[in-house]
Amino acid sequence: MGENIILDISRLCVEFDTEAGRVRAVDGVGFQLKKGKTLGIAGESGCGKTITALSIIRLLPRPVSRIVQGRVLFQGRDLLALSKQEMQQIRGRKIAMIFQEPMTALNPVHSIAKQMVEIHQIHFPGLSRTKMADASVELLEKAGISDPGIVMKKYPHQLSGGMRQRVMIAMALACRPDILIADEPTTALDVTVQAEILDLIQTLKEESGMSVVLITHDLGVIAENCDDVAVMYAGKIVESAGVHDLFQYPRHPYTKGLLASIPSRAPRPKTMLPTISGQVPSLTDMPEGCRFQSRCPLCADICKSIDPDERIMGQNHGVRCHMADEQGR
Amino acid sequence: MDIVRVDQLKKYFPVTSGVFLRRTGHIHALDGVSFSVKKGETLGIVGESGCGKTTLGRCITGLTEPTAGEIRIKGKSFFGTHGVPRKESASTLQMIFQDPFESLDPRQTVRQILEEKYIIHGRDGKHLDQEIHALIEKVGLLPDALAKFPHEFSGGQRQRIGIARAISLDPEIIVCDEPVSALDVSVQSKILNLLLALQQEMGLTYIMISHDLSVVRHISDRIGVMYSGKMVELGEAGDIYENARHPYTRALLSAIPIPDPRGRKNRILLKGEVPSAEHPPVGCRFNTRCGYVQALCFEQEPLLQGSQENPDHWIACHVFNSGG
Ligand SMILES: Nc1ncnc2c1ncn2[C@@H]1O[C@H](COP(=O)(O)OP(=O)(O)OP(=O)(O)O)[C@@H](O)[C@H]1O
Ligand SMILES: Nc1ncnc2c1ncn2[C@@H]1O[C@H](COP(=O)(O)OP(=O)(O)OP(=O)(O)O)[C@@H](O)[C@H]1O
Ligand SMILES: [Mg+2]
Ligand SMILES: [Mg+2]
Repeated sequence: MGENIILDISRLCVEFDTEAGRVRAVDGVGFQLKKGKTLGIAGESGCGKTITALSIIRLLPRPVSRIVQGRVLFQGRDLLALSKQEMQQIRGRKIAMIFQEPMTALNPVHSIAKQMVEIHQIHFPGLSRTKMADASVELLEKAGISDPGIVMKKYPHQLSGGMRQRVMIAMALACRPDILIADEPTTALDVTVQAEILDLIQTLKEESGMSVVLITHDLGVIAENCDDVAVMYAGKIVESAGVHDLFQYPRHPYTKGLLASIPSRAPRPKTMLPTISGQVPSLTDMPEGCRFQSRCPLCADICKSIDPDERIMGQNHGVRCHMADEQGR
Repeated sequence: MDIVRVDQLKKYFPVTSGVFLRRTGHIHALDGVSFSVKKGETLGIVGESGCGKTTLGRCITGLTEPTAGEIRIKGKSFFGTHGVPRKESASTLQMIFQDPFESLDPRQTVRQILEEKYIIHGRDGKHLDQEIHALIEKVGLLPDALAKFPHEFSGGQRQRIGIARAISLDPEIIVCDEPVSALDVSVQSKILNLLLALQQEMGLTYIMISHDLSVVRHISDRIGVMYSGKMVELGEAGDIYENARHPYTRALLSAIPIPDPRGRKNRILLKGEVPSAEHPPVGCRFNTRCGYVQALCFEQEPLLQGSQENPDHWIACHVFNSGG
């Protein structure tokens, strides 16, 4: 099994300096990304999805945050032990990332052509200008842009949200990365455009054999696009499994609660939806024991004192819960 | 009884350019939209970004002046030559916004925010304090919230404040513009439950605008689908979901991600870009992206008509509603 794992993360911890002191935004996160597969990271706002992704490519906001522990093995090398220069060779070239709002990643004052060529200059300095331009047009075409010549001449603000995301994808794919990390790539888009972009990522993945980490809070997007899923809650992965196993036999009370509260999973329209009581505890005020205790219908004494370790149940199905049973639901 | 009737509603925004702000054209945000809403029902409005959903909601609540057409609320015309002054409708009609943070004054406490409406409408009698307490309880917040400022609340709690403000004068109709779009699912379900409970308790009529079709499906009795300033399909929620006719509605439905990996399905991917609101296509506005176009679709605009089999299911399409 070890061979087909391209990214192996373990015990990752990230700390932030805040006014209220030092907080741990990511606490002991670990997962494995299989070659050619898509791993989904799900979870609600603030649970640490983006920070986890930024840790992988070592782009955490400085100086307020840092990785304090952990290992990020990419093709057998620990990325956290690399020098800045070595990391630059990996970032963009081997591991590329796209973001929710492409506007923040695109340069507003440069044309798409200029930005596309720039990417080639960084990574393939030997190429001639015309070769770079040709390659850019080809990439845009691949990203589903039907008139790349016209789009090349435009500036980011002249493009629709969907087109901007396609340009971002084209840029991310310029170096044929082994891994694409997509952080909420479609959250700002209409469902019809979302479907096109996800379809594009899926097609490109199948063509090139790259692996994808897809971050989203939308469990529908996870169900339709991922092979494996990790569910995060308050800085920890509370459950991880194959996508079918997770949706059919969710074991963690948080995952169960999340799934039950989705309107389209309700038995009948206009009926009350199941809810998860309470709120996520603040990072500055994390309880001892399990972080989900105050909202958990199964909470027992042990949950209030001991933080549950991950237990493997069934088919490689990891759960951090004292009360989860073997049977699932 | 129809509590709201909208007839041939149009809203054009001027497009200006140059230093003299010369008017060079118009954005057709709403281009002849007609429908009615029955008392106590929820009409869901869906459609992609820019199709005119918010403009429609703002016209109905009187925040935006329509260019043409008529809006009747409880039989009274609120626009057009015989229009009744807007103030009269203010206590009947309220609006809830996507981001309550933007619509709540950051310098006011929750108590001040909630009292404002009572004061404006001269209803700040001696029971005001009692009313405010009842209000805050109704939306599931604790009384100590009254002394706090908006930034001290989470997104879901802020939306509760927005809802409390909207229901403060016992309105009959609430236009909800993307009320849960900014919220996580576990918070979203609580707000949807609150809206459902308030509807039952107060007999409210909702116009529920959202781009999330599963939210709209859950909460609506009927659904209207908009495309480029037009209503293209309108019917019972179940009919729209199980029996959609318009090619745009079908594409929209097929694009919803289903939270069940066993349900992975074939999508209808739309080719082409959303038409420009300044220069909408001649004929059917969907003709640039539709997989079923015929010659007629480039010549004539299809009218929204009841279908032959089901007169309560309205479709604006030459191809899929040939009998009219
Ligand atoms: N610059 C920062 N300073 C202090 N804390 C931060 C900073 N950036 C993030 N955090 C904290 O780290 C935690 C994880 O943030 P992260 O951005 O990873 O969340 P997320 O899961 O991506 O959420 P979302 O779905 O909203 O994007 C949050 O609680 C957040 O408050
Ligand atoms: N005040 C305004 N001035 C000029 N154009 C406007 C104004 N308000 C809206 N528009 C335009 O009218 C059209 C409809 O906008 P509207 O906000 O109603 O769409 P929407 O369906 O609510 O979209 P979204 O889902 O993004 O909220 C758009 O083309 C928009 O740019
Ligand atoms: Mg994030
Ligand atoms: Mg809107």
